[in-house]
Amino acid sequence: MIAKTFKNPKLQKYKDSLKFSLYCISHPLDGFWDLTHERRGTYAAANTILLATLLIRVMKLRYTSFIFMTVYWEDLNIFLYLASVLFPLALWVIGNWALTTLFDGKGRLGQVYMATCYALAPYPLVQFPLMIFSNFVTVDEAEFYSVLSMLSLMYAAILIVVAMGQIHEYSAGKNLLFTVATLFAMLVMIFILMIFFSMISQGVAYFISLGKELLFRL
Amino acid sequence: MRTKIAKISAGLLSILILLMVPMTAYAEDTSYTYIYDYWGDVQDGPDLYSVCKVFTSSDLKLDVKMKNPQSIYCYHDHIYICDSGNNRIIELKRVGTENMEVLRTIDSFQGGTGPTTFSNPTDIAISEEGEFFIADQGNQRIVKLDKDLNYMMEFVKPVDNTLDPELAFQPKKLVIDTAGRVYCIATGINKGLVKYENDGTFSGFIGATPVDFDWTDYVWKKLATQAQRARMESFVPTEYDNLYMDKEGFIYVVTGAPEDADLKTGEADAVRKLNLMGNDILVRNGEWNIIGDLYMGNAGGYDGHSYLADVTVLDNDIYVCLDKNRGRVFGYDDQGNMVFAFGGAGNMDGYFRGPVSIEHSGYDLMILDPLDGAVTLMIPTEYGKLVYQAIDQFDQGDYTASGESWEQVIKYNGNYDLAYIGIGRSLLRQERYREAMDYFELKYDDENYSKAYKQYRKEWVEEHIVVIVIVILALFLVPMTIGKIKAIKHEIDTDEFFTRRK
Repeated sequence: MIAKTFKNPKLQKYKDSLKFSLYCISHPLDGFWDLTHERRGTYAAANTILLATLLIRVMKLRYTSFIFMTVYWEDLNIFLYLASVLFPLALWVIGNWALTTLFDGKGRLGQVYMATCYALAPYPLVQFPLMIFSNFVTVDEAEFYSVLSMLSLMYAAILIVVAMGQIHEYSAGKNLLFTVATLFAMLVMIFILMIFFSMISQGVAYFISLGKELLFRL
Repeated sequence: MRTKIAKISAGLLSILILLMVPMTAYAEDTSYTYIYDYWGDVQDGPDLYSVCKVFTSSDLKLDVKMKNPQSIYCYHDHIYICDSGNNRIIELKRVGTENMEVLRTIDSFQGGTGPTTFSNPTDIAISEEGEFFIADQGNQRIVKLDKDLNYMMEFVKPVDNTLDPELAFQPKKLVIDTAGRVYCIATGINKGLVKYENDGTFSGFIGATPVDFDWTDYVWKKLATQAQRARMESFVPTEYDNLYMDKEGFIYVVTGAPEDADLKTGEADAVRKLNLMGNDILVRNGEWNIIGDLYMGNAGGYDGHSYLADVTVLDNDIYVCLDKNRGRVFGYDDQGNMVFAFGGAGNMDGYFRGPVSIEHSGYDLMILDPLDGAVTLMIPTEYGKLVYQAIDQFDQGDYTASGESWEQVIKYNGNYDLAYIGIGRSLLRQERYREAMDYFELKYDDENYSKAYKQYRKEWVEEHIVVIVIVILALFLVPMTIGKIKAIKHEIDTDEFFTRRK
């Protein structure tokens, strides 16, 4: 029974694709090409990496040394905190897909999501050991932590850009252009969302006041 | 039936009691004394100071009521109040803890070439020999009198080319050092403190506030028209409001002039500590800027930032600032941590309307409020004495006792950050690093935590050096030996001598 589960081809594929993220971050150009073109990546693995990222991000709150991170627990909203990753991610994926699909990008929406998640892999991989390491340093050695922490973020950012270029089959220049364009698209979407919500709330407020007025007259 | 009634009435009674309990609890919602914690949240605490007595003109049995008094000065057990509006100085003597009696009123002196009375005297200082230095603002001079009130000399408007010749010299506040040099703040002179040698010669300005402007200001100035430029605030140093010389000869100066935003960001200082060169050497290791109240919003009758109008330095290097705008008193320790804040605007004892001058005698504080025409004498409570005791013991090197005192403080007030850090520092000195770390971590003191942790880590490594060496060796040796064994095995397996046999 156990042997059967281990031999399960689906599980085997999941394990392989998860392991493939390591190849992706060490050989970005080759790795991200194969991710979609050779179907080496799976959504399950992408979701796992994203979940790990979120988990590490929450764990860091509690287990990072207070030298690097002091948390005002009274004001912390865990859902908002998670949304600070998920919301920009969603904006990036949708914005990137919406733009590139107009300019013969080969990646589909799901593939953009998958590649972005794979590119996030350095975050949990670096931040988890760093979180443990933070408890063994003093303020004099704080630079090690800050530099490594920043490197992991920059690494992930570079990987995301490279991944987009590979899955859309873009040249380097075009890729950079569309990275900037995507960032701009994210801003536009935030703007539209804000207008949308403020208009909805005003509309709702109108009907509420109308109802109140009616109740007063009755 | 009877039991039922009893039950019902018992139930009603309990409900009534429950209803009444929260009512009494709401009666007092904010306390008089507070501090700002690591997060900048207000943490209420027990009072460090309580009002001993408020001395009004009638309490002091003065024939003429005090009118706009500007300064209070303490010299041994004598207290001098500059009753500026009545052109006199009132000399008081402190009798016992909570009584003062008027010794004399000084309104004139003998000798000299100018007038022998005062006009709007705004400040007084007394040397060790008992000579009086009086800022006689209306007569544009500082007069020096001997202890029998005979004229000795006077300090007049500095001879300096950069000063506007039209400007009337209006000395406002002054201090003297042990050599008889005079440092004075004068209205309309923003180049810092006016310094006179003991023979009356002007020897320069020291300690002007730095003027900072950035390139945005430059661009604006370039774009503005002549008229607009004239209306724009010019970049000049701010005038100080008051000064105090501590026992080591450093001059603490305060100013309430900076903008709210500059105070918040720390671009402007409300308090500075000047050395002889006029450089600011105030230690600012606290979590928050030394600006009095951190929140400046318009609420509850308060508006704007704390206008620090005076400062006095206790013998244990705690400096106490007086806030004219919000009627509060703020105490900071030598590291810049807030020790206490108390007071408020109002007419009750312990609340002020526009206090301008603060002075200390030992740990007692005297606060002069010209609008009330009254001096408030405040003495430390049991709790206040305990806090001071803990600080003093630490300064004297009695670390164990200091730690015990801070433990007592925590029993009074569990929200007092300094107590936790104090215990931590005491433990650190006692080389109990692990415990010290816990106390520092509780109050987010990363510097001290690191000091303790560094020692703890060193000790740990020294104790476990054998284990560490074995583990490191094992990490290298085990893979190496495994590799070696595999290589030998491979050699044996592939060796002709063995393979030939098969």
